[in-house]
Amino acid sequence: MAGYAYFPGCSLIGLGKPYDESLRAIFAHLGLPLTEIPDWNCCGATSYMSVNANQAVALAARNLALAEPMQQDIVAPCAACYLVLCKAQHTMAEYPAVAEKVQAGLRAAGLEYHGRVAVRHPLDILMNDVGPAAIAAQVVHPLTGYRVAPYYGCQMVRPYGTFDDPLRPRLLDRLMVLLGAAALEYPLKTRCCGGSLTGTMEDIGLRLNYLLLSEAQARGANVLATVCPLCQYNLEAFQGRMRRTFIDTVNLPVVYFTQLMGLAFGIQPKTLGLQRNFVTADPLPVMV
Amino acid sequence: MQNETTHCRYAEDVNPAFPAEIMAKPGGEALRDCIQCGTCGGTCPMSVYMDVTPRRIIALTRAGLERDVLQSATPWLCASCYECQVRCPREIKVTDIMYALKRRAIEQGKYPKKFPIPVLARSFYNMVASRGRNSESWLVVELMLRTNPLGLLKMAPMGLKLIRTGRMVFTRERIEKVEQLKKVLDAVEGS
Repeated sequence: MAGYAYFPGCSLIGLGKPYDESLRAIFAHLGLPLTEIPDWNCCGATSYMSVNANQAVALAARNLALAEPMQQDIVAPCAACYLVLCKAQHTMAEYPAVAEKVQAGLRAAGLEYHGRVAVRHPLDILMNDVGPAAIAAQVVHPLTGYRVAPYYGCQMVRPYGTFDDPLRPRLLDRLMVLLGAAALEYPLKTRCCGGSLTGTMEDIGLRLNYLLLSEAQARGANVLATVCPLCQYNLEAFQGRMRRTFIDTVNLPVVYFTQLMGLAFGIQPKTLGLQRNFVTADPLPVMV
Repeated sequence: MQNETTHCRYAEDVNPAFPAEIMAKPGGEALRDCIQCGTCGGTCPMSVYMDVTPRRIIALTRAGLERDVLQSATPWLCASCYECQVRCPREIKVTDIMYALKRRAIEQGKYPKKFPIPVLARSFYNMVASRGRNSESWLVVELMLRTNPLGLLKMAPMGLKLIRTGRMVFTRERIEKVEQLKKVLDAVEGS
């Protein structure tokens, strides 16, 4: 069936709102309907599986069960949601004893899951379903002068390497070039931002993100593209604190890859939520 | 901590059942295949901040030195990036073993004291199990009140920026069918 079953996840209705806005805008622009999975619940992220393993699989599986009757692939833009939903599927396939418990749990609540849903990241859908030619055809404002550090982070590519190499992925690089931007060689592109460590162990979180940003700037980046709401927040929101802590000049716009796509497609910056970003320096359009 | 880990260990420090119990968890199977090469720690972005390296955590677990493992900050500093797991030449699911250790530490109440990461995990768990969704701003406030109330003041400028850009959610999110979710979770727990 045309279109996708949309799993926004908790971040995209809060901190990651511009990701939700820009994703909806470019999918609409490409004529791909998104239907939100009715009454979806939190994927559980890293925290839930730190407390209870089987329940964590069941929590994710409720979403799979709700999506299955829609007969569409799930699109999960948040890297953590994407991984957790994929992991639930892998765990159920590899460990029949876990699958049995989870299935019994779903049945007890009147739900069914038959393993017939594919979990996809929008980067995968855009590059493999829509395809490079169709994307290039939509570019009306090539991103000339954008020197992008393509940052994949960890959980979209690992551990399963579903649609790109888990250590040396290329798809985001290729997408940036299609949009008319320069994709810089960025060896830290899959190095973890630390996730929630900025909230729990601030010293460590700050250092991890400082390394990522200063390396991108040292390589000449004037913008960093992300695929995950937590990476975006960590890399963007703490730059002031980094400048004070490390006596440095870190100052780099950190945007969602979907926002860059939207700009290249000629979509209004406000529709893409660019006014919600903290750092909107050159080469991004000036926001009032 | 440095002295603690270099002390001699004796037979009474060993829980002989510990390694088998971790190996029985999904992802723990290959624990005994470890060749102690150190690829995990070498590739881990957090290892420089850890009191015990991931390689050593595997060795201590295999030796049954449960107390050392559970009192270490290492499983909690694991941010779950799976780089060690992808690179391990013996295909040990190191990240999943770290998860098994976190859960065991919580079950036994043995995680390092005054350490905010397990507090966050439990707050997150309780919020999601009871409401079906996680409201980030509420979670952060709860975490700070429990671990570092004065830190809330330091966060005020960031909070204002998030409010100004419309990225702060004040409503407490809740799914419609919370009862359905609870049935799922209770059935899994009871089985």
